[in-house]
Amino acid sequence: MSETTMGRLAARMPKFVRRLDPAVATAFACIVLLLAVGSLYSTSFLSPEYLLQQLKVASFLGVIATGMMLVILLGQIDLSVPWVVSAGAMMACAAAAQGPLGLVLAIPFGVLCGVLLGLVNGVGVAYLRIPSMIVTLATNAVAQGLMVVYTGGFSPQDSASAAMRWLATGFLLPGVPNAVVVWAVVGAAMVFALTRTGFGRIVYAIGNRERAAYLSGVDTRRIVMVAFAVSGGLSAFGGVLLAGYASKAAQSMGDAYLLPAIAAVVLGGASILGGKGSYLGTVAGVILITLLQSILSVMQMPEAGRQITYGVVIVAMLLLYGRAPASR
Amino acid sequence: MTDWRYWLAGQRGTLTALAIFVVMFAIYTANHPAGLTANVVQTAANKGVLLAFVAMAQTLVVITAGIDLSVGMIFILTNCLASWLVVGSPVETAFGVAVVLLAGLLCGMLNGAIVILGRLQPIVATIATGGAYFGLALLLRPSPGGSVNEDLADMLTGRILGVVPTSLVALAAVVLLVWVPFSRSVTGRAAYAVGSAEAAAYMSGMPIRRAKFMAYALSGLLAAVGGLFLTFFTYTGEAAYASGNAYTLFSIAAVVLGGVSLFGGRGSAIGAIFGAFAFRTIGDLLFVFDFDPLWQPLFQGVVLMIAVSFGAFALIRVRNRLEWFG
Repeated sequence: MSETTMGRLAARMPKFVRRLDPAVATAFACIVLLLAVGSLYSTSFLSPEYLLQQLKVASFLGVIATGMMLVILLGQIDLSVPWVVSAGAMMACAAAAQGPLGLVLAIPFGVLCGVLLGLVNGVGVAYLRIPSMIVTLATNAVAQGLMVVYTGGFSPQDSASAAMRWLATGFLLPGVPNAVVVWAVVGAAMVFALTRTGFGRIVYAIGNRERAAYLSGVDTRRIVMVAFAVSGGLSAFGGVLLAGYASKAAQSMGDAYLLPAIAAVVLGGASILGGKGSYLGTVAGVILITLLQSILSVMQMPEAGRQITYGVVIVAMLLLYGRAPASR
Repeated sequence: MTDWRYWLAGQRGTLTALAIFVVMFAIYTANHPAGLTANVVQTAANKGVLLAFVAMAQTLVVITAGIDLSVGMIFILTNCLASWLVVGSPVETAFGVAVVLLAGLLCGMLNGAIVILGRLQPIVATIATGGAYFGLALLLRPSPGGSVNEDLADMLTGRILGVVPTSLVALAAVVLLVWVPFSRSVTGRAAYAVGSAEAAAYMSGMPIRRAKFMAYALSGLLAAVGGLFLTFFTYTGEAAYASGNAYTLFSIAAVVLGGVSLFGGRGSAIGAIFGAFAFRTIGDLLFVFDFDPLWQPLFQGVVLMIAVSFGAFALIRVRNRLEWFG
C-alpha cells in the first residue's frame, strides 16, 4: 500500500484514530493479545482484582520509566537507574531511622539523593559533553560504591517509614491502590510538562536537533541538566515506593528495573534517538512489560526460561514496529 | 620524516593508555609487599587478561559507532558452556573449546543480524539479547559447578619458562590472529569508515553491512575467548548476573581509558587492552595500600568518573560553540 492510499484511508477514520501513533496502537494490541493468551491459561486473568494488582506492580516501573522517557526524548539514556533506585530506597530508610524528624523527611530525603545523583549525570552530559551512556554508568558505579561503603556490604536493617508503606500499599480511594494513584499523579505531571509547557517543547526540540534548539536561543544545556535531575529524582522515588512495598531496602533492588524501564519506553514507540514519543506509549509499554512478567511467573516458568522469553519477546516486538527507516 | 608523526598522532589514545597503565603498575608493584616478582605479575596478568578480552570484544563494535551491552552476558554464557564441555581427553577438550568459541561467534552473529537486518538500535537490541544469553547461561548452570580440563587450565594460567605468564602470550596470540588481520582487511577499514561517517562510507561503496556484521560476530568470538579463560581460572561455571553486568560496564570503562572513541571510527583494540590492564590495576591499588575492600567499588567508580571527565578538555579547543552539540 502506498503512502497516499494510506493517507486517504487515514483521512476517513475518526479523529482519535488518526492521531493515534501506530506504535502505540500496536503496543495496546499486544496488551490485549497477552491478556487473551493469559485468559486461555487461567480465567482469573481478566478479573478486576488481578488487573488492579498488576497495575499496582506496574506503578513502580511506571514511575521509573517516566524519568527514563524524559531522558530518552532528549536522545540520551540513563543507565544509572539500578543504584539510584537502591540509593533512594536506602537513604529514605536511613532517614526514617533518625527519629521523628527523619520520619517526616524520609521521602523527600530519598528523592533528594536521587536528584543529586541525577544532577551529576546532567552536568556530565550537558556541560562536560560526555556521552550519556558513559557518565550514567560512572554515576551508577559511584552510587553503588557509596551505598556499599554506607551499608558495609549487607542489606541495611532500617525499615521503611509508615508513610512510605502507606504510599506503596495503602488505599486512599476504596479499591484503588495508592501506588497506582501515585503513578497517575506523576504521569499527569509529566504529560502536562511535555505538552503544555515550554520545557516540554524544548525537550522535544533538543531530541530532534540540539543545535537548532540552541540557535533558537534556548539554554539547551540547562534543560538537559534539569531533565537528568528529574530522571534521577523519579528513579529514587521509585526506589522509595519499592522500599515501602517491601518495607525495607535491599542491595540489588534496582537491578531488575533498568532493562524494563528502557524496554517500556522503547516498546511504547519512543525513538531511542530522541525527539519522538508520547507518554501514552510509555504507559502501554509499562503495562505490557508487567503483564509479560506476570504471565511468565504465573506459568511457573523457571528464571532461565523467563529471561530468555523476555529477551526474545522484546526483540520480536521491536522488530514488529521499532525499526529504523532503511538507509537508502 | 612526517610519517612517524602521523603514526604518533594516530596512536595517541593507545600510547596514553599504555602510559597510564605503566604508571599505575609501577605504583602497584612499588607498594606491593612482595615487590615485582613473577608471581605478582602472573596474578595481575591473569586478572587483567579476562577484562582485556571483553574490552577487545567491545572495541570492535564501538569502532562501528555501535555498542554491545551483551558482551558480559556472552562471557558468562560461554563460561557456563565451557564448564560442561572443556573436559576429558585432549580430543574431547579440543572439541569443547571449538564448540564454546563457535557459541560465542553465533551469539555475536545474532546480535549483528538483529542490528543490521532488523535495523534496531544496538543499545536496546543488545540489552535484550544479553538478557536472553543470561537466561541460557542460567539454563546451563542453575547453580555454580562443573569442571574443566585442569591440565589445559593450569598450562594456560601458568608461566612459560617460569617468567612470562601464559595468559599474556595467549592474549598476544589472539591479537595477532583476530585483531591484526581484521583491522588491516578491507572489512576492518570499512568498520572504521562506518564509525566515522556511515553515509559517506555508503556513498563510497564500502561493504558497510559486512563490516558491521563482522564486528559484532568477532566481538562474540572474543567474549567467548574471555569466557573460556574465566573457566580456566575458576575451574567452574557460574551464571552470575552481577558479574556479567560488571564486565559489560568495565569493558566500556576500559575502552574509554584505552582511547577508543565512543562515537566510533577511532581507536584500537590494543589501546583497549592497556585500558583494561590500567583499570584492573587501579582497582587493585587499594589492596596494596591496605584499604578496606569495601571502598573498592566507590574508588573504581570515582576513577571511572574522573577518567571520562578528561574528555571534557577537548571542549576547550572547540572554537565554534555549535560543535558542542553534535
